[in-house]
Amino acid sequence: MQLQLDVNGERHALDLDPRTSLLDALRDHLGLTGSKKGCDHGQCGACTVIVEGRRINSCLTLACMHEGDEITTVEGLGAPDDLSPLQRAFVEHDGYQCGYCTPGQICSATAMLGEIEKGWPSNVTEDLEAQVEASIEEISERMSGNLCRCSCYPGIVDAIRQVAKEEAGA
Amino acid sequence: MSLETTRQLKHDTPDHDRRLDGMAQGVLGTDMDRPEGPLKVSGRATYAAESRPEGMAHGYLVRAATIGRITGSNAEAIRAMPGVLHVLEDERMIRNAAQGMAGQSPVQKQGQSWYVGQPVACVVAETFEQARHAAQAMMVTIEPDGTHVFDAEAEGAEIDTPEKKQVSQGDLDSAMAQAAFSIDHDYHTPSMSSAAMEPHASIAQWDDEGRVTLRGSYQLLRFNKNELADVLGVAPDKVRILSPYVGGGFGSKLGLAPEAVAAALAAQALGRPVRVVLHRRQVFETVTRRSETKQRIRLACDADGKLTGIGHENLVSQLPGEVFSEPVAQGTHFQYAAPNRVVGHNIARIRRSAAGSVRAPGEAVGVTAFEIAVDELAKSAGIDPLEFRLRNVPDKHPENGKPFSSSTMEATLREGARRFGWQHSQPRQRREGEWWIGTGMAGAVRVNMMIEAHARVVLTGTGARVECDMTDIGTGSYAILTQVAAEMLGFAPAQVETVLGDTDLPPASGSGGSFGAASTSTAVYLACMELRERLAAKIGVKETELTLKDGVATHENRQTPLAEVLGDEEWRALGHLKPGRAGREVRQATWGAIFAEVAVSDVTGETRVRRMDGTFAAGRILNLKTARSQCHGGMIWGIGLALTEALEHDPRDGHMVNRDLAEYHLPVNLDVPQLGVHFIEERDDWANPLQAKGIGELSICGAGAAVVNAIENACGVRVRRLPATLDQVMEGLIAQG
Repeated sequence: MQLQLDVNGERHALDLDPRTSLLDALRDHLGLTGSKKGCDHGQCGACTVIVEGRRINSCLTLACMHEGDEITTVEGLGAPDDLSPLQRAFVEHDGYQCGYCTPGQICSATAMLGEIEKGWPSNVTEDLEAQVEASIEEISERMSGNLCRCSCYPGIVDAIRQVAKEEAGA
Repeated sequence: MSLETTRQLKHDTPDHDRRLDGMAQGVLGTDMDRPEGPLKVSGRATYAAESRPEGMAHGYLVRAATIGRITGSNAEAIRAMPGVLHVLEDERMIRNAAQGMAGQSPVQKQGQSWYVGQPVACVVAETFEQARHAAQAMMVTIEPDGTHVFDAEAEGAEIDTPEKKQVSQGDLDSAMAQAAFSIDHDYHTPSMSSAAMEPHASIAQWDDEGRVTLRGSYQLLRFNKNELADVLGVAPDKVRILSPYVGGGFGSKLGLAPEAVAAALAAQALGRPVRVVLHRRQVFETVTRRSETKQRIRLACDADGKLTGIGHENLVSQLPGEVFSEPVAQGTHFQYAAPNRVVGHNIARIRRSAAGSVRAPGEAVGVTAFEIAVDELAKSAGIDPLEFRLRNVPDKHPENGKPFSSSTMEATLREGARRFGWQHSQPRQRREGEWWIGTGMAGAVRVNMMIEAHARVVLTGTGARVECDMTDIGTGSYAILTQVAAEMLGFAPAQVETVLGDTDLPPASGSGGSFGAASTSTAVYLACMELRERLAAKIGVKETELTLKDGVATHENRQTPLAEVLGDEEWRALGHLKPGRAGREVRQATWGAIFAEVAVSDVTGETRVRRMDGTFAAGRILNLKTARSQCHGGMIWGIGLALTEALEHDPRDGHMVNRDLAEYHLPVNLDVPQLGVHFIEERDDWANPLQAKGIGELSICGAGAAVVNAIENACGVRVRRLPATLDQVMEGLIAQG
């Protein structure tokens, strides 16, 4: 089927098997291989991308459901010589090792910080009325959908906290 | 191209020169960021499945649903499905991934399904969606070939007891009978998975000269090349493997896996590139798992807590025809002194999927169970478990009397205890609401190894390039090899480029067994030393009087830029490390101590790790940042081992029930507290000219025990069957009343 996808500010015309997941469309048809396939079942979070401002598992949704949606992948957040603050912080705090879950972690964290800013509570939020803080526990809870087998969780949390603090200070 | 000269080291003797301590650049041992970091965090590092050669077709493996003789299939019907190009049922397909460093084909299909989940066919189609659909429609007929055993402890399991792997010294039975205190318990660890985040993937492409290039995700390329050549029946020089980025290994990518063979065979048959990616469930089933273990541990000590007897008798499982078996007692041979010793090693040949090396094979589960047992004995002797360990530090290898290359067991225990603020306490003393709070500790130990490695260094007037087929599986190879060359040749790291993961480059060690960093760094060191000699000769000074820093050679108060020395020339040198007597004359090992604080719910039996601290000694630390991350990783694997990870096998046919990331429970972010990691700097001259040892596995070898021991200290419940799931802890809590 013919469809158009808007990814990282660019419109792409595609001719896809209707069974194609959004993840496979990005990876195999647009060459945007930053989004990773770790399980293809929404269990690991490596495929996390930002669609209409929200983080989703791109392996759990079909490409054809996203015509007209604004899609952002890790490639859209920054380039090697022009990294986003979170990407830079991940390098600095070694919030990755093999690097395979990393794009998903970074897309997830990017959207997650927005969720905290909007005051969305999580499972560990004590007071639903108060402004949510980007505490270690809040970050860990909200990032628990992104598995990392190298187990870089301490670095991931440190990186995100640093950016949260910088943004709060800005 | 200029002449390439070689410097070889046959590693027979210790190196007391410690030349790296005298280098001037000051980049080795720092917390330098990984050079490939910007590519990884921006999604530009390309992994195995991510190139798209023209005309690429897609393959999807078909699994055996039962065990027996393969008698037919509906391949005819599958070939007629939309987009299907080829149905591969080749007898050369491999039964399971090769064992690490095999260098030859594992058992091939040959008309047989050995275990449930074995790949028995591959359907290739124009698109991934078509291949997946057709593969799921394929039916392979398998005739049962008798009854099989699926549990190592079940009646009728065939048990191998290799003579060379049994140890008996003194008289353990008498030691147990005469002991002031003793324990005799069975400990169980479950079948486990590496579960690297990147599923195995291969893209194979043949050229007109009959050479196949495989983009794969592998750890030991020089072995993997020979494995693929052997399977295909071609000469090794007809195989090239590329793995510049590997999305985690942990042992699962040591040996060639079924997707690589299927991709190569299908690409040959079709005359076009073929990609085969393992589905996550296929990764669990067809790539080697860590064997479950049953460990009978007997310990005896005198009234002062001095060990008099050690028994460690183990049962592991494996498929028939596999050479490897989990070396459970690898650390036990030398971790503690005691005159009366028994080590037993038994392998049950059962029909679960093949077992193989998973991060720290042997010690990860062996030291963990042993360190729980030591805690139990210390408790019955009424001695602080820290103090108990300190009383039993060996001064030489207890079995063969060889010296240790360096012994840091006591130093790591003392420093670790100090940093954690260790205080021995009785169980069930601290309570916060529904939570029992407790602390536990364990020693960590892992053997240190070196294997043969080559590396080329190319020097120009403005920088250097390191080239070899080494892999970086997240361990930090790009960083440390860059740092070693930068330090030796006097360049900023940005002037050094490190090119890895290509079998057309000199064969390095590859990544595994914590031998990668030390082995391949030594090859780079040797190549750099060769270049330093050539520089010194050209300038006309002795190499030892040459200082290289920021691209300038300083000698006898004169300064000469390297650009001036080399001009437009490119100097090439090959370093070649050959392991020798240095690895046999002494016992080389890395040591550590791990401390944990946990909270155990009196209501649900849930355990939360609140604090964890590890102190480690592994020779020279090459990069503080990547070494620390490796230790975090091992400690968190310890949390998984202690609390959540277990592969469940169906007792009726051995198949893996929870073969995905939803049901096999890796620790997630919220399961992990902030961790402390501390290194005790040392120089182990026996290890290599860098005085560096492996760090990638040490921290998992005992971490789980610290958590399990902390559970006992918190709530009085002793768990001997890992993981310490809620139901087990609950049962213990109820029994305590």
